[in-house]
Amino acid sequence: MNSPFTPGIAAQRLDADALSENFADLHAPLTAHEAAVAADRCYFCHDAPCTTACPTDIDIPMFIRQIATDTPEAAAKTIFDMNILGGMCARVCPTEELCEQACVREMAEGKPVEIGRLQRFATDTVMEKGVMPFTRAEPTGKKVAVVGAGPAGLSCAHRLAMLGHDVTIYDAKDKAGGLNEFGIAAYKSTDDFAAKEVEWLCTIGGIEIKTGMALGAALKIDDLVGCFEAVFLSVGLGGVNALAIDGDDKDGVDDAVSFIEDLRQADDLAALPVGRNVVVIGGGMTAVDAAVQSKLLGADNVTIAYRRGRDAMSASRYEQDLAASSGVKLLFNVRPVEIHGNGTARAIELEYTETKGGSLVGTGEKIHLPADQVFRAIGQTLTTDGGLKLEGRKIAVSEAGRTSRSGVWAGGDCASGGDDLTVTAVAEGRDAAMDIHATLMEGA
Amino acid sequence: MADLTTDFLGIKSPNPFWLASAPPTDKEYNVRRAFEAGWGGVVWKTLGAEGPPVVNVNGPRYGVIYGADRRVMGINNIELITDRDLYTNLEEIKRVKADYPDRAVIVSIMVPCEEEAWKAILPLVEETGADGIELNFGCPHGMAERGMGSAVGQVPEYIEMVTRWCKQYYSKPVIVKLTPNITDIRKPAAAAMRGGADAVSLINTINSITSVNLDTMSPEPSIDGKGTHGGYCGPAVKPIAMSMVSEIARDPETHGLPISGIGGVTTWRDAAEYITMGCGNVQVCTAAMTYGFKIVQEMISGLSQWMDEKGHTSIQDFMGAAVPNTTDWQYLNLNYVAKAQINQDDCISCGRCYAACEDTSHQAIAMSEDRTFTVIDEECVACNLCVDVCPVEDCISMVALAPGTTDPRTGKVVEADYANWTTHPNNPSAQAAE
Repeated sequence: MNSPFTPGIAAQRLDADALSENFADLHAPLTAHEAAVAADRCYFCHDAPCTTACPTDIDIPMFIRQIATDTPEAAAKTIFDMNILGGMCARVCPTEELCEQACVREMAEGKPVEIGRLQRFATDTVMEKGVMPFTRAEPTGKKVAVVGAGPAGLSCAHRLAMLGHDVTIYDAKDKAGGLNEFGIAAYKSTDDFAAKEVEWLCTIGGIEIKTGMALGAALKIDDLVGCFEAVFLSVGLGGVNALAIDGDDKDGVDDAVSFIEDLRQADDLAALPVGRNVVVIGGGMTAVDAAVQSKLLGADNVTIAYRRGRDAMSASRYEQDLAASSGVKLLFNVRPVEIHGNGTARAIELEYTETKGGSLVGTGEKIHLPADQVFRAIGQTLTTDGGLKLEGRKIAVSEAGRTSRSGVWAGGDCASGGDDLTVTAVAEGRDAAMDIHATLMEGA
Repeated sequence: MADLTTDFLGIKSPNPFWLASAPPTDKEYNVRRAFEAGWGGVVWKTLGAEGPPVVNVNGPRYGVIYGADRRVMGINNIELITDRDLYTNLEEIKRVKADYPDRAVIVSIMVPCEEEAWKAILPLVEETGADGIELNFGCPHGMAERGMGSAVGQVPEYIEMVTRWCKQYYSKPVIVKLTPNITDIRKPAAAAMRGGADAVSLINTINSITSVNLDTMSPEPSIDGKGTHGGYCGPAVKPIAMSMVSEIARDPETHGLPISGIGGVTTWRDAAEYITMGCGNVQVCTAAMTYGFKIVQEMISGLSQWMDEKGHTSIQDFMGAAVPNTTDWQYLNLNYVAKAQINQDDCISCGRCYAACEDTSHQAIAMSEDRTFTVIDEECVACNLCVDVCPVEDCISMVALAPGTTDPRTGKVVEADYANWTTHPNNPSAQAAE
């Protein structure tokens, strides 16, 4: 048995009890009475700001009223109508920057209605019973391929299947779910929720999932276009940006996304090694998820090093505070210069930064932090463009998700427009499905 | 500190808060604890005639209406009068009164509408040393089926007759408790007065079915699959009770008749309101049943604080103060013109005022792209619905237009003089009178 103070990268820093406590549900689910009380706080606003703020346009006041009137099943239907992954979104949405930020009670009292937790209450009620509140339309005989079984792909597939089309989902991994399954902190999706959600979603029928098939040599867009009447690409961002500094190749320097993935897939958290001194480079949700989970695994010192100020950080203030309260140190205005160590990372050298004339420059002042493990979390990139026109570094799409190639749609993180959020991906998948449906049924 | 002592019909109590005749006052144990908690008086749970006592159901007796977070807004009950032996009650009343001479102890009575029955029980009650009696002509459930309770209260002649017997066979004050389950509360009040009643107390509970169990298709409270109407009380009934109190307080025939106010008194403010409507004291039940006897301490501290702030030194200072301002619709000033005004600093942009006005009223609130809500004076009739539904207190207010200004809705200049419907040109009666 090791401890947080064991040098280097080591497993078993904490005992099983501590680990299971650390990785329990971040927010315990509401009981029925708690939900009733929380729901009662909703003012049922006219043209509600929370709904406007929701990328999937869920009628939030309506579903909350349905909870308040003791029909959480109807509430869940209201949610799923717009967002079939409402269960996961209830867990991972940055509600503090979306619906709950827009809540008028946030303005009035600084305490919004707990929309996320209420959404979870409603969706859990239905999903725990295994009820799929939609039925599949008469089969249309049309076949659609979805590449990528993440939130965008699943949302698109469900909507298409519901409308009667036959959907085949291809995914590079050996398991469906995408970032829901591999890329989200474990304490946000406990009890194998992501996998259960995929299973539940597929009960609509008409969806076949083929895993271990990545877009590339074995799976070409040209072939898909030939075999299916429509193709939806939701391949996400498979590449990780390198640090581009000396020492980036040393042992102990890893991608944060890989670490998060290993953790999510681990059967035994105690067997997962983590550094005594961990430094995470980046300022987004991935950085926070990697940092917090390192701490929860038993790392002694965990630091997030971000090159700009707090306000520029893409992780919300809520996430920053979550990190801080877990014992993660947030270091702002520093950028990595070099990772030191004899083959294995031992320390990281950081330089303070400032913004001059609109660009970020080093001040020359440097610090060294002990670092057995360094995580890269400075963004992800598209690994294949499939010959489609790009916008910036993503596949260019129209409002309805149409790419530059006829018959091919795209959505989620790989496509242009919108924030890289689960909920945004769900909306894009749904909207593309509606456009695909309209296109396929034209003249039908 | 303000003096809360009350002299009601010559019965003194340290404060105007009495516990109403109901389950909380059914026995010595409760009443002693109530007095220790600070209640000014109690009306003992209704006694019946000598002999085998009534029996109660052995299933649930209460139904409930909830507000948010299971806040009790109203309770209904199907409990009957005391189901304990008459003499046990009488002995307990005597002991308690002896131990608490400074508190009011009133005995509620319900016996059949026969002179002999009253003649029999009144001397027994007199002997306890209690300060007065209250005639239960109110309970709408159970006993009414046997010709008592509200069955008596619904017939003014019976009220007058029984009251007269009581005044004849009992030497101390007689309070007649009225049922609200009638069309005109002034009739039974006047009957009580003719019979010689020293005071009336109101309201007793309202006929009610609180809810239906949609699984068993049975009204609640449900006894073996069947339910019956019960007596409704609690905060939900206060507006009904206050209106009835006001009717008696301002009717020329009953004006000045002492009133003990009952119906949903939950806080000191409710009590103060009843007193301004002409009540000499108030009786409480549901609030105590919901929170326990201790709430009287808030009622005492709250009423004293308010009286101090307003400069009232005694209950008499403001008793009945709102009665002259309670009038008939026809006497309301039609020359008074107000407009809603939204304080933009306080507005949280929920849009409830807009939805209410746009969908159900006068389309007098405008909504901008950025969710700023403003009143359209040309359309606003000052109905007050926006104020009522706004979740922020004092965010929307009704502001009177000064005389001499023009009402943009009607294009008419606001007149300073009072003018009501009786003289309005649209009133056919007014024209006929010319």
